[in-house]
Amino acid sequence: MSLYNFKKIAVVPTAKDFIDIILSKTQRKTPTVVHKHYKISRIRAFYMRKVKFTQQNFHDRLSRIIQEFPKLDDVHPFYADLMNVLYDKDHYKLGLGQLNTARHLIDTVAKDYVRLLKYGDSLYRCKQLKRAALGRMATIMKRQAANLTYLEQVRQHLARLPSIDPYTRTIIICGFPNVGKSSFINKITRADVEVQPYAFTTKSLYVGHTDYKYLRWQVIDTPGILDHPLEERNVIEMQAVTALAHLRAAVLYFVDLSEQCGHSIQEQISLFESIKPLFSNKPLIVVLNKMDVLTPEDLPPNKKEIVDQLLENCAKGNLVNADPNSDLSVVPVMRMSTITEEGVQEVKIEACERLLGHRVTEKMRTKKVDGILNRLHVSVPAPRDIKARPAVIPASVLAKKQQQADKARKRKLERDIEVEEGDDYVLDLQKNYSEIPEEERHDPIPEFWEGHNIADYIDPDIFEKLAELEREEELRVEGGMYAVPKIELDDTMKEIRELARQIRNKKAILKDESRLVKQSTKPVMPRTSRARARDRSTGKLREEMEKLGVDMSDTKDAHFTRSRSRSASAPAAKRARADSRGRSVSKPARDTDLMQRKAKKLAHVAIAKKTKRMGLKGEADRFIGTKMPKHLFAGKRGVGKTDRR
Amino acid sequence: MRIETCYFCSSRIYPGHGIQFVRNDCKIFRFCRSKCHAAFKKKKNPRKTKWTKAYRKTAGKDLAIDPSFEFEKRRNTPVKYRRELWAKTIEAMKKVEEIRQRRSNNHIMQRLRKGREVEWQRDVREVQRDISLIKSPAAGLKQRQLEEETEMDIEPETIEVVDAKGRKQVIEAPVMVPATGEMVEDGGDIEL
Repeated sequence: MSLYNFKKIAVVPTAKDFIDIILSKTQRKTPTVVHKHYKISRIRAFYMRKVKFTQQNFHDRLSRIIQEFPKLDDVHPFYADLMNVLYDKDHYKLGLGQLNTARHLIDTVAKDYVRLLKYGDSLYRCKQLKRAALGRMATIMKRQAANLTYLEQVRQHLARLPSIDPYTRTIIICGFPNVGKSSFINKITRADVEVQPYAFTTKSLYVGHTDYKYLRWQVIDTPGILDHPLEERNVIEMQAVTALAHLRAAVLYFVDLSEQCGHSIQEQISLFESIKPLFSNKPLIVVLNKMDVLTPEDLPPNKKEIVDQLLENCAKGNLVNADPNSDLSVVPVMRMSTITEEGVQEVKIEACERLLGHRVTEKMRTKKVDGILNRLHVSVPAPRDIKARPAVIPASVLAKKQQQADKARKRKLERDIEVEEGDDYVLDLQKNYSEIPEEERHDPIPEFWEGHNIADYIDPDIFEKLAELEREEELRVEGGMYAVPKIELDDTMKEIRELARQIRNKKAILKDESRLVKQSTKPVMPRTSRARARDRSTGKLREEMEKLGVDMSDTKDAHFTRSRSRSASAPAAKRARADSRGRSVSKPARDTDLMQRKAKKLAHVAIAKKTKRMGLKGEADRFIGTKMPKHLFAGKRGVGKTDRR
Repeated sequence: MRIETCYFCSSRIYPGHGIQFVRNDCKIFRFCRSKCHAAFKKKKNPRKTKWTKAYRKTAGKDLAIDPSFEFEKRRNTPVKYRRELWAKTIEAMKKVEEIRQRRSNNHIMQRLRKGREVEWQRDVREVQRDISLIKSPAAGLKQRQLEEETEMDIEPETIEVVDAKGRKQVIEAPVMVPATGEMVEDGGDIEL
């Protein structure tokens, strides 16, 4: 089976891809840096390596293709013929041959250029030689374009060929198109061959597998064959013929008596006659299909005559050209209907049986069979008489066995109790707690006490520890550790506490007030909001001081009562300008410098205020006017520094 | 069956309550309620979370080290059942529990008593420093001046005063005196 698996042939790339693959591999896998000041031998070696590497890759790749494709002379004649039919032997051989030539050509090109490179006297020359070498190799491959595409197609087709083992047990189904061959293979195997009511639905060979007598049987469905000379047969028919010619198999020839296939009985029989040479020395069965439509008995007389003749011919004519003594000489004619499945299994069994018999007789003829026949021998002595002879068991042993059986278990099992008590039975395991006194066995053990796990307290030493703890506790009580000291406050302390309370209250009030009037750091409120009331007054001052216990009587003329009225402004210390004498209108020019400076300062302050208030960018913030000034970045750079132009 | 303790708040978990988490190193974390479970999932430290028993113990709020705590313990030694032992143990448990309770309560009470003292100290300090908020230093100044004029011949009294920082000062009486605790005690002329 594995002999003829064509699925593993590697993909054949197109010429363009082929060249790309190889050249890119050269680029990737060989060093790429070379300088003209290197020693010339180093430069030469560098390029020689590239040429040789490329050549080697081409060589390997082509050799692989040539090797992997099956050689027509080596494969089984069935495959050789099939490939000839499908791909044309000459074309195929030519294709592989040309690849072989291309390989040789590439080798010679490489050899030549490596020789030339030895005389390269500069980096430039060497490089040109390498270019030429690779170019010529590429050209050679380019010429193989058509070849490579053809081989790729062949490869794809080969991969999809059914894996037919030419040496195994095989049943071949043949006959005119549309006589029910594919329906039959679908019935007896798990192959899923397309069945359609027109001729040449099956265009190639199909393989299915079936089991009979615990053996694997290969069933091959062939395309239909028409009745004309071999030279006129097309590729589809030729596949069937190839299979018939080269495979040693049981052949089922399908005949459609109902003529639904579109060919008369006469035609079908004449085809049978004409391909008779292909059946020679093979188990052959003629199958009359479509019995559900028409049986031979229902045929009109003229046709019936033909069929009868066929039957007679089959029975005696030694159609298969076999040894007249063997059972092959008689060709059975069987009836079958793939629709009603009537006779299908019988046909299969008959075919298998005949093939098996045929293969066995074939094998018997060869010398190999002796080895197999000598391998096994089972001898069975013939019985002397009908007397029974059992094994002997001594009496003592028997007695011992009996004794053992008698020795029943003494203990009463739980199971026995269960059976005794019936429905009242409750499983009681506590009674088996043999290390606990009898009356304590069924105690319900308390688990919790006021949120504590009793199990956590279980400790043999607990009582000693408790005693010690109690002793200590007594000492503590005696020592007055738990005595509550009496706390008494004297009057002064009470006063102090009261004062402290008042102070705290006052502080809280002051704190709240100050929070209310606290100067805000937030932006100034708009004009619409209420202005803060100014509530300072002498009256208030007086009130507050009195609250604090200061005697405020006789303070009518105290200093703090003297407030300045707004309207009555004090007379000016200097003489008013209005009172002075008139001056000339023309004024001396302002000190422009000074004014400018002033204005600048003013503006500065105004801006500073604004930026501060609105969180704008100020002059102290980092500022980059132009990120990439054109004059610093445009233009070609020389050899010099990169930071100056 | 056991009453477990909550990993987070150390409260009791009765059978059928709470939730437990088994970490991939087999350590079991039991939680009494979703509050504790959620806190654990948030990686809160029970020693730093105020409402847990662990916090109270580490912060010294509750009694943490005492021989009375040594009784309730998981002892991983199997003890065979004896009715007598069990009965006595339950009696012992009651006693232990009583002592334990008394001690922890005492611990808390002692702590609180100390707090009271601190409070008084704070009050005294408050009055020493900020008496001027409720009583002006100038209060009663005029009367005193009047009195002084009448008893001119009397030598100005000097008073030794301890101010807020504990320094001693010798001050003449009629002068504005920083209101101190002693002042309050001695003077008694504060209008409340």
